[in-house]
Amino acid sequence: MTKENLNENIIELVGVSREFEDGVFAVDNMDFKVKRGEFVTFLGPSGCGKTTTLRMIAGFDKPTSGKILLNGEDITVLPPNKRPINTVFQRYALFPHLNVYENIAFGLKLKRVKVTYQDKKGNTFEKVEKLKKGYISDKVEKALKMVDLEGFEKRSVSTLSGGQQQRVAIARALVNEPKILLLDEPLGALDLKMRKDMQLELKEMHKKLGITFIYVTHDQEEALTMSDTVVVMKDGVIQQIGTPTDIYNEPNNSFVADFIGDSNIFSGTMIAKNTVKFIGKNFDCVDDFPINEKVDVVVRPEDVVLMDEDKGQVNGKIISSIFKGMHYEMVMKVGKSEVVIQDTIERKVGEKVSIFINPSDIHVMEKEFSSNKFEGYITKNNTVVFGDGEFECDVTTLYPDSTLDEEGYIITKEGEKIDLTDVDVNVEVGLKDIEISDDAEAGGAIGNIISIIYKGDHYQLIVRTDENEEDYVFDTEDTWNENDRVSIIIPKEKIKLSLKQEIKR
Amino acid sequence: MTELSTKAMTKSGKKFKFGFNRKQLCIPYALFLVMFVVIPLFVILYYAFTSSDGSFSFANFAEFFTNKTKISTLLISILIALLVTVICLLIAYPVAYILSKMKKSIAFILLLLFVTPMWINFVLRAMAMKELLSLIGVSPGSFANIIGLVYDFLPFMILPLYSTLIKMDTSLEEAALDLGANKSKVFIKITLPLSVPGIISGAMMVFLPVMSCYVITDTFSGSTGFTVIGKLIAWCFLGENGTLTNVNGGATISLVMLVIMFLTMLATGGFKSDNSTRGTNL
Repeated sequence: MTKENLNENIIELVGVSREFEDGVFAVDNMDFKVKRGEFVTFLGPSGCGKTTTLRMIAGFDKPTSGKILLNGEDITVLPPNKRPINTVFQRYALFPHLNVYENIAFGLKLKRVKVTYQDKKGNTFEKVEKLKKGYISDKVEKALKMVDLEGFEKRSVSTLSGGQQQRVAIARALVNEPKILLLDEPLGALDLKMRKDMQLELKEMHKKLGITFIYVTHDQEEALTMSDTVVVMKDGVIQQIGTPTDIYNEPNNSFVADFIGDSNIFSGTMIAKNTVKFIGKNFDCVDDFPINEKVDVVVRPEDVVLMDEDKGQVNGKIISSIFKGMHYEMVMKVGKSEVVIQDTIERKVGEKVSIFINPSDIHVMEKEFSSNKFEGYITKNNTVVFGDGEFECDVTTLYPDSTLDEEGYIITKEGEKIDLTDVDVNVEVGLKDIEISDDAEAGGAIGNIISIIYKGDHYQLIVRTDENEEDYVFDTEDTWNENDRVSIIIPKEKIKLSLKQEIKR
Repeated sequence: MTELSTKAMTKSGKKFKFGFNRKQLCIPYALFLVMFVVIPLFVILYYAFTSSDGSFSFANFAEFFTNKTKISTLLISILIALLVTVICLLIAYPVAYILSKMKKSIAFILLLLFVTPMWINFVLRAMAMKELLSLIGVSPGSFANIIGLVYDFLPFMILPLYSTLIKMDTSLEEAALDLGANKSKVFIKITLPLSVPGIISGAMMVFLPVMSCYVITDTFSGSTGFTVIGKLIAWCFLGENGTLTNVNGGATISLVMLVIMFLTMLATGGFKSDNSTRGTNL
């Protein structure tokens, strides 16, 4: 007990990774702590690793590396039946051959407790015993009462509605008095009204019981309604941890902003202190970034104030308007950009309006950019075409330990012969792997320098091609001028290729 | 002629429109059924309830139920069928369980290995097995007979069990584990009870045919005089083994067997329409 009190984190994930057999990381090097009594929600699109994380905490899945600590003790390899953790499953997983009572009593009937006895001589001895029948039935009755299902003991679980099955599943887990309750998208199968009711009930239960809830959902509204802390995940990596208000108001990056609520995301540039330029106009903002830095600008549709033409900061034309019950959702076109606006007063399509955005409602965030990513294909000469250009590349990197034969076919290490002509590939080029030249013939693609940003010790340049306006972003220490016409040079070994899909043989 | 096709004829005048409705598609099957199932059944009924001179009587039944040899033969047959069913279950369950936990592609190949012998006629299989047994020194008799029957009917037990186990929701086992059950408790409290439909349907597919099995028993018992009910029926109709042809007696035993089978099916819920485990995955 003393140890528990010392440690305010009930669950701690230390560098936890889960790699599947095909080499994909469902969870990638995750560090995370859950405070005692907290309501934590893992939120993310399907395949983001949230369920895998939950399964590792429950013990159904083992991390391929890293540790899971419960009250500071390593439980990474402890089987699920030895953990003081219970789970409410996605499709309830009620035992169909048992009735409601037997389902809920399942865990209690398995429980063994040490009971101390005293014999006639006054010696005490311990015996490991099952729980008393009366004790179990009392507990089950209380659990049923908590989920509002009194009198359902003898019912077969298959005769229950979805909502009732859900309640039985919750009672079955809670009756064991777990230290942590895990809930894996428990409300996914319920209809909207029922879901809203259950959300509130679960939150109420959490308050009353005081135990830790770890909840998994892809529904952002559910996450915001119920949780103390929301963990937003994408591709096995945590994007942001914070309170619902923080997550909504101060998203870390454009993914979080896009996933939580509706948002307008614009590409912008910092042009002065607390001034950001986007949709062709300068706006005051509260976030501070280095001048000339390319940024993402996020504005919630409900934060855009609609005004009559010329009254606001920027003019535009309404191009669509949809009634959404509580409000109208309208789209205003400004130049090439579109701004989504929510307002209770409808403006007709075609009407000229202007908008105003409060500086505090303009969320400026660092642009996520770590490498250039393109989609391309392999030619019959084993070069690769992408980004309006053609480049030399090493196609043998697509298959480990493969070689090329004289005819240009690839020979895999298994000895298979593959023709790569017209195969679609993903191409990745690092920021430091691109050079440019004045000589139009020197490189694989040609474009104009559209942006030069000084980053303290180097410049970050963006070269845009003419045809499809593909952008190459890279760092250089050389000085160039905007609008210079240059060609792009990428060394053969710096072009990272990966297959878009397995080639059918 | 159905209403539909008559209409079509009158409408198009001279043109005859050729078409089926669903009921008409059943006709070949119904004819077959009447010819080879319903009529023979009535023939058996007729012979069972008549004496050799053709008059109605219960004498055949009285004779059967008072004849100790015949009754003990029936009991032995049921006993052998029970024993073979239990042995098949004990062998097949672990196999089906392991297969259901395997990667699907590997399980399919292994399952195929278990099922392949079924593609060959069972008389041939029985002959081959008999030779194999005598090669390793197992002489014909009741023991050889049981080995032969188990060998022949094992796939019929594995398939329904496998298809029940493979369909089981793995989250149920996880839920039991989560609630504190160790692996053996999970098996006893969840997996086993939920696979009961598969066990029943497998048991029926072994028990019923084995009870009336004739050719395999005949092959394996050799000249030991080991008799089962199937053999008894054959003797009655064919008049072998020194007995006279007794069509009425044979029909009676057949009818008794039919009633026993019917009752077994009824008792195990084999007539329930939702018994989907009988269809196999192969």
